[in-house]
Amino acid sequence: MLEVKQLAASVNGNAILKGIDLQVNEGEVHAIMGPNGSGKSTLAQVLAGHEAYEVDPSSRVNFLGADLLELPAEERARAGLFLAFQYPVEIPGVTNAHFLRAAMNEIRVSRGMEELDAMDFEDLLREKMELINIDPGFAKRFVNFGFSGGEKKRNEILQLAVMEPRLAILDETDSGLDIDALRIVSDGVNKLRTPTRAFILVTHYQRLLSYIVPDFVHVLYKGRIVKSGGKDLALELEERGYDWLKEDAAELVEA
Amino acid sequence: MSAESTTTLQDDQHKARYLADLARVAPNSAPAWLRQMRAEALTQFRGAALPHTRIEEWRQTNIAPIIETPYESVLEPAPHGLRRADIAPLLYNEEGWTELVFVDGHFDEALSSRGPLPEGAHAGGLREAWHGAEAKIIRPHLGKYLQERNAYTALNSAFLLDGAFVHLPKNAAPGKPVHLLFLMSRHDHPAAAHPRSLIVLEPGSEAQVLVTFAAMDGGADYLNNAVEEIVLGNNARLTYVRVVEEQVQGHLLATTEVHQGRDSRMYSFAATLSGQIVRNQICVELAEENGESVVDGLYLNDGKRLVDNMLSVHHSQPQGTSRISCRGILDGESKSVFLGKVCVHPNAQKTDSRQLNKNLLLSDHASVETKPQLEIYADDVKCTHGATVGAPPQEVLFYFRSRGISEEAARGMLTCGFAGEVIEEIPIEAVRARLHRYVFEKYAPAKVR
Ligand SMILES: Nc1ncnc2c1ncn2[C@@H]1O[C@H](COP(=O)(O)OP(=O)(O)OP(=O)(O)O)[C@@H](O)[C@H]1O
Ligand SMILES: [Mg+2]
Repeated sequence: MLEVKQLAASVNGNAILKGIDLQVNEGEVHAIMGPNGSGKSTLAQVLAGHEAYEVDPSSRVNFLGADLLELPAEERARAGLFLAFQYPVEIPGVTNAHFLRAAMNEIRVSRGMEELDAMDFEDLLREKMELINIDPGFAKRFVNFGFSGGEKKRNEILQLAVMEPRLAILDETDSGLDIDALRIVSDGVNKLRTPTRAFILVTHYQRLLSYIVPDFVHVLYKGRIVKSGGKDLALELEERGYDWLKEDAAELVEA
Repeated sequence: MSAESTTTLQDDQHKARYLADLARVAPNSAPAWLRQMRAEALTQFRGAALPHTRIEEWRQTNIAPIIETPYESVLEPAPHGLRRADIAPLLYNEEGWTELVFVDGHFDEALSSRGPLPEGAHAGGLREAWHGAEAKIIRPHLGKYLQERNAYTALNSAFLLDGAFVHLPKNAAPGKPVHLLFLMSRHDHPAAAHPRSLIVLEPGSEAQVLVTFAAMDGGADYLNNAVEEIVLGNNARLTYVRVVEEQVQGHLLATTEVHQGRDSRMYSFAATLSGQIVRNQICVELAEENGESVVDGLYLNDGKRLVDNMLSVHHSQPQGTSRISCRGILDGESKSVFLGKVCVHPNAQKTDSRQLNKNLLLSDHASVETKPQLEIYADDVKCTHGATVGAPPQEVLFYFRSRGISEEAARGMLTCGFAGEVIEEIPIEAVRARLHRYVFEKYAPAKVR
């Protein structure tokens, strides 16, 4: 469903992604790991359509048959791409419920479906909040405003549950979650796993991957995927760190 | 040199027009004390310079379009032919409310409706009241609190022919709002009205007063030159909301003076939704100990409009609390002016005062002049102020877009949210609902309302 070929991107002339190849098929879960500053969030943001990044014209990204890089961010979302942000922004004045209803209806309308009326939406939201174990009171609160770090992450997963994307990219959604919250969020994600929905999990911790078991693990380093493997790779990284890969990568860069 | 002399000539012409109309006022239409008051105001008006950008308090507020227009003042309630159905959109029609309608400054009983009021309470026309038993309540208050004395407030007093009068006796609490609708009727020639209100809350009483300034659509340019005097006795409570819904060809100069007694509390909110030139001047005096005043506001500005909020609080006695908090939404080539003035007199120790002015900038061509002015003559006080002007941040817009919401819809939702936060503070549900609706219809695309 997602095919990334030689994706390169820079910001203010500094190259950050230096040729990424990645193939994600329906139903798969991919984990992306890698040291701080290696470009994981940049990859996620570039895929979601953030315009601060300049994408090299030779890069190719195909998403469900569409040329993803041609689409503005909102159309990527409507096409079924979702990004759970590493740092979700606060939106004073706009309630969670209003925000989600607007998002959902924009997507429904773009797919030729009818808008949900307020009542039906309320029912749906309540059901999704139960799924993620979020206090129903959060519907009336302003989006992320005054939320704790963990509450913001959970709220991202609530949005994911409501929007039902085809591909969800979770950028360090596990960071800042306490142990119970991590289990709740992981359970939520597992419930949302279907044969047609894929996930990309950006994480620093093997722990998440014992809850949400990935099909593939990739290591991103200095803007490149320097190693890919199965779920065992995450265990190996936990044990050995990244240094051994950095040496390999140095060879790779020189070659 | 020439600029100065032409404005003066224009000023003289503008004033001459009002003086001619004043000369037509029937001499014996009011009690002697009131005629005396009018005469003094007339003298004052003759001597006063018209507000001009050379004067500090009007430096950013150019009212030349008003001064250039020869308005005819409406002296008598004209046959306007309006029925309640014609003004229905401006009324609330809520159970138990008293809604008084003033056409061109004159009370119109037929258009008004009354809810129950506690015994001894009064809400109605000022003219009928000063001819009756209420005169003894009106006389000690009317015209007694005007700190702001400029040519237009003097003009209002000189034209004091009618207006609104609300009086609550000791400890009375109607529980339902009184709505004063000041409506400009349609005129073929430029017209001016000089609406006046006097609101007196005796000690321990509690009221909700809502004031709307509006006009029928179409017709010639007009000027609403309003003065309100509000008196809160000891321990009285007032919720005061002003909604300015003037027409595109209409201007409003509204001066409100609030005099607060000991332990009294006022919450006020001035919402400016429309109108070409609008100046909301609200002056509060915390004249006794432990008074509390909230002066909130929201202005929606766009096109080539000018909206000026000049809000001031005088802390005259100890332990007063004031909160000035105003939000503006700036679009088109509009100009907004905000002045938050707090004066803490030497005796006013333990004053606690805060002010904040936040502006959401929707257009690069819109501008705002925002200025706090603190004059503090006491030493044991807490005074803060702040102002912000900003557009919706890119990161926030991207967050919306990443959820499938277009940038246009995102801006609309953010704008409504920005306004909605202050609207939510208004303690009258019907007013909140009306303002939310207005803001959503103005800024949010239908699909995200
Ligand atoms: N908008 C930007 N402007 C300038 N530099 C940027 C910008 N975005 C990313 N970078 C830089 O690009 C590099 C990669 O950042 P990125 O956030 O993608 O790393 P990451 O792998 O997600 O790191 P972490 O594990 O700490 O979240 C960093 O050096 C960062 O400073
Ligand atoms: Mg990151």
